[in-house]
Amino acid sequence: MNATPEQINETSLQTEDGLDQYLTFMLADEEYGVDILRVQEIKGWDGVTPMPNMPEHILGVINLRGTVVPIIDLRTYFELPTVAYDKTTVVVVVRISDEEHGERTMGIVVDAVSEVHNIGKEQLRESPDFGGACSTEFIKGLATEGDRMLIILDIDQLMNNGVLQALEHDPPMT
Amino acid sequence: MSIDLSEFHDVFFEECFEGLGVMESGLLTLDKGTDAEEINAIFRAAHSIKGGSASFGFMDISSFTHVMETLLDEMRDGRRQVTQPIVDLLLESVDVLRSMVTAAQQDEETNLDRAAEVQQKLEAVLEKSGDDDTSTQSCSDESSSSSDTGPASNKGQSQVWQIKFKPDAGMMKNGNDPARIFRELQKLADMTITVDTAALPAFADLEPESSYLSWVLELHGNVDEKDIRELFSWVEDDSELIITSLHAETAAEENHGTATAEGETAIAEPVIAKQSEAAPLPDTEIQPPRENRSADTAQAAGTPKTAVSKESGSIRVNIDKVDALINMVGELVITQSMLSQISSDLAAGNTHTLENMLDGITQLERNTRELQESVLQIRMLPISFSFSRFPRLVRDLSNKMGKQIELIMTGEHTEVDKTVLEKIGDPLVHLVRNSLDHGIEMPDTRKAAGKPEAGTLELHAYHKGGNIIVQVSDDGAGLNREKLLKKAIEKGLVSANEELSDERIHNLIFAPGFSTADQISDVSGRGVGMDVVQRNIRDLGGNVSITSREGAGSTVTIRLPLTLAILDGQLARIGNETYIVSLVSIVESLQMQPDQISTITGQAELYRLRDEYIPIIRVGDVLGMKSEQNCLQNGLLIVVEADGQRVGLFVDDLLGQQQVVIKSLETNFRQVQGISGATILGDGTVALIVDVPGLIQRHFDDCTRRSLSLTAVA
Repeated sequence: MNATPEQINETSLQTEDGLDQYLTFMLADEEYGVDILRVQEIKGWDGVTPMPNMPEHILGVINLRGTVVPIIDLRTYFELPTVAYDKTTVVVVVRISDEEHGERTMGIVVDAVSEVHNIGKEQLRESPDFGGACSTEFIKGLATEGDRMLIILDIDQLMNNGVLQALEHDPPMT
Repeated sequence: MSIDLSEFHDVFFEECFEGLGVMESGLLTLDKGTDAEEINAIFRAAHSIKGGSASFGFMDISSFTHVMETLLDEMRDGRRQVTQPIVDLLLESVDVLRSMVTAAQQDEETNLDRAAEVQQKLEAVLEKSGDDDTSTQSCSDESSSSSDTGPASNKGQSQVWQIKFKPDAGMMKNGNDPARIFRELQKLADMTITVDTAALPAFADLEPESSYLSWVLELHGNVDEKDIRELFSWVEDDSELIITSLHAETAAEENHGTATAEGETAIAEPVIAKQSEAAPLPDTEIQPPRENRSADTAQAAGTPKTAVSKESGSIRVNIDKVDALINMVGELVITQSMLSQISSDLAAGNTHTLENMLDGITQLERNTRELQESVLQIRMLPISFSFSRFPRLVRDLSNKMGKQIELIMTGEHTEVDKTVLEKIGDPLVHLVRNSLDHGIEMPDTRKAAGKPEAGTLELHAYHKGGNIIVQVSDDGAGLNREKLLKKAIEKGLVSANEELSDERIHNLIFAPGFSTADQISDVSGRGVGMDVVQRNIRDLGGNVSITSREGAGSTVTIRLPLTLAILDGQLARIGNETYIVSLVSIVESLQMQPDQISTITGQAELYRLRDEYIPIIRVGDVLGMKSEQNCLQNGLLIVVEADGQRVGLFVDDLLGQQQVVIKSLETNFRQVQGISGATILGDGTVALIVDVPGLIQRHFDDCTRRSLSLTAVA
């Protein structure tokens, strides 16, 4: 894991018993989690303004109370089968940060928001290497809740080094 | 009851810098010929800096300015010729003064070495008095500044003035300090001081801010009564002042020898005495200024100056602009109350008010627009703020390089947004330096080429459409096509067998790392110039281009948007999306006639518009959006101009025009090619703003790529 542990420690919300809180959401029957402190808001899907010559997973931009926020389809990015958006489709607006750009706000489209879990550090298992679009670099760890597996994402890594980095490397062709 | 002066410091510094600007530009015009009004202006500026710095306790600044002022005073009275060396020296002094003020502003230790050096130079000039005034010898202590006083009367003759000075009790409350006056008097001539402490009350009754003392001063030297009176001018009204002239000869022998020492001890005494008596005077040190300075110099010598810019984000706004704004807000309030009145009428079931309501809304719209314009006006400053540094820069550089250059500036009053103004400074300096260094040749070279020896450098600023255009042109050597081409090939920027237009070649100098200077000078030639200029200007949403004729000079044209926040846009529809094209770049919009459309190699489409063939760009295709119309006749063509090139943008429909607030895509995302930003429309959706030059660039890239892949297939 390349994530910078200090940074995550700082921002994680610790419950009294030393557990971190994660918001989980569904993507094609898989459950993913993000640090709840990175979630700015959750809103319904309401269409976007597409941007020219963007890869498929960048849907476009929306107006979020006066700021222009890009919207990313994680299903497409993770190469999961696409589905039509319906009324449970939601946009999770997250704040990501990196050294170069500072803090940026982006929205990710997910099938549905699931719940908030308290997970301790010791409960996180390291993800095995498996290749594919969601490389282990973007996964902070795997947790078990009941009999389900939760995939805890490192949202900074995923956005900066995954979703957006893809744009820098292969300029989209028409 | 003490007033905290520090809150006025900012204003004082601002005024200082303003004054320094006045002095500098005034001195630069003096270069060209003496103008009494100009000298007066410089003198006034120096005088107010001196006065201000003294009252705020910046004694270094005030004593330095005093020497300058003395010199300027002589020039003003015509007692001294305005000569090049003196102007140079004064300019240097302005620099020193500026650094002193900056240091004071940033609470730093002033580096007094240079100040002392320049001050000595000034004093040296003063000593070589304009007239051959013999009085120099008679004043042994404070030689420099006294040498010039009173040449009009009593030439070469020693004189004694007796001054009886009894200030009112409230004098010091008004901010006047007798010690300061005495110190100035001492500069005029040697002086003995006798203090009368008879009026001093018992210590318990002593009011520390009142003045109980009176003095009898004897001034030995050639001094004009006028000069003495001038020093007392601030206190004359609230004090008893009797100035009498004792006959001249008696002072003659006193003048030498003991008088000096006596003078100093005498002046020192009352102060010390008073300080021990609950200090009715501010504790200013009474010392001859020069000693004071050398002590400070020694102290400051070890502390290197660290430049921390403490730039304040304030702007000075013309009061008219503020008044206009207040009027506008007043109207807005009236409209608002009118609207609420109408709406309550409407709620009461009064139907015919609907029309009034619509009127009211129209009025509100107008008010809002006017208000918006006035608010933007506040941020607009004349470009002279940026231009003003050039006369000095050109003068210094041309002297250094031994070139003769005449600087012509026009359109200094053209107004631009403050942000634009701040960011355009450095690129302009770069361009001017480039012109001076590479453009304009040495005088003998110019002569040989049949040009006047003095080169001309012109700076023009003007409005064109919604843009401001700044041009830097010189009548120098121009760009050497061959040299540029060779260098470009060397750097691999173009291939050797490529056919390039002159324009394309000239604009190669904006490529990174491109310098054709044979030798790197400290002025320019490291090749980091032009690409930085271009980048800075692109960042501002502008563009830069160069035209040049070899042997005749070159012109760099910078085109900048007036403001960075708002844009007049034409809304256009492509497919289901709305795009915005800046109105400024639009030449015209038209419906195409089928017989005017032609193609080249079946791909490139051209439209014939009044004897001009304009390439058609299918915006939908370039942006990768599905457009509704495939057939050219069914859509519309927006003819735009960018980078000196006209193209037609093919869109499905035109929707309307409106002012849009520009939102950056980069805040939360990244730059997108062909798009300069986004905005939010009335219905809350986001619309993208087309970056016309970027779009054209992308279109041509696409074409090249397509033809390359076609050749590859073949």
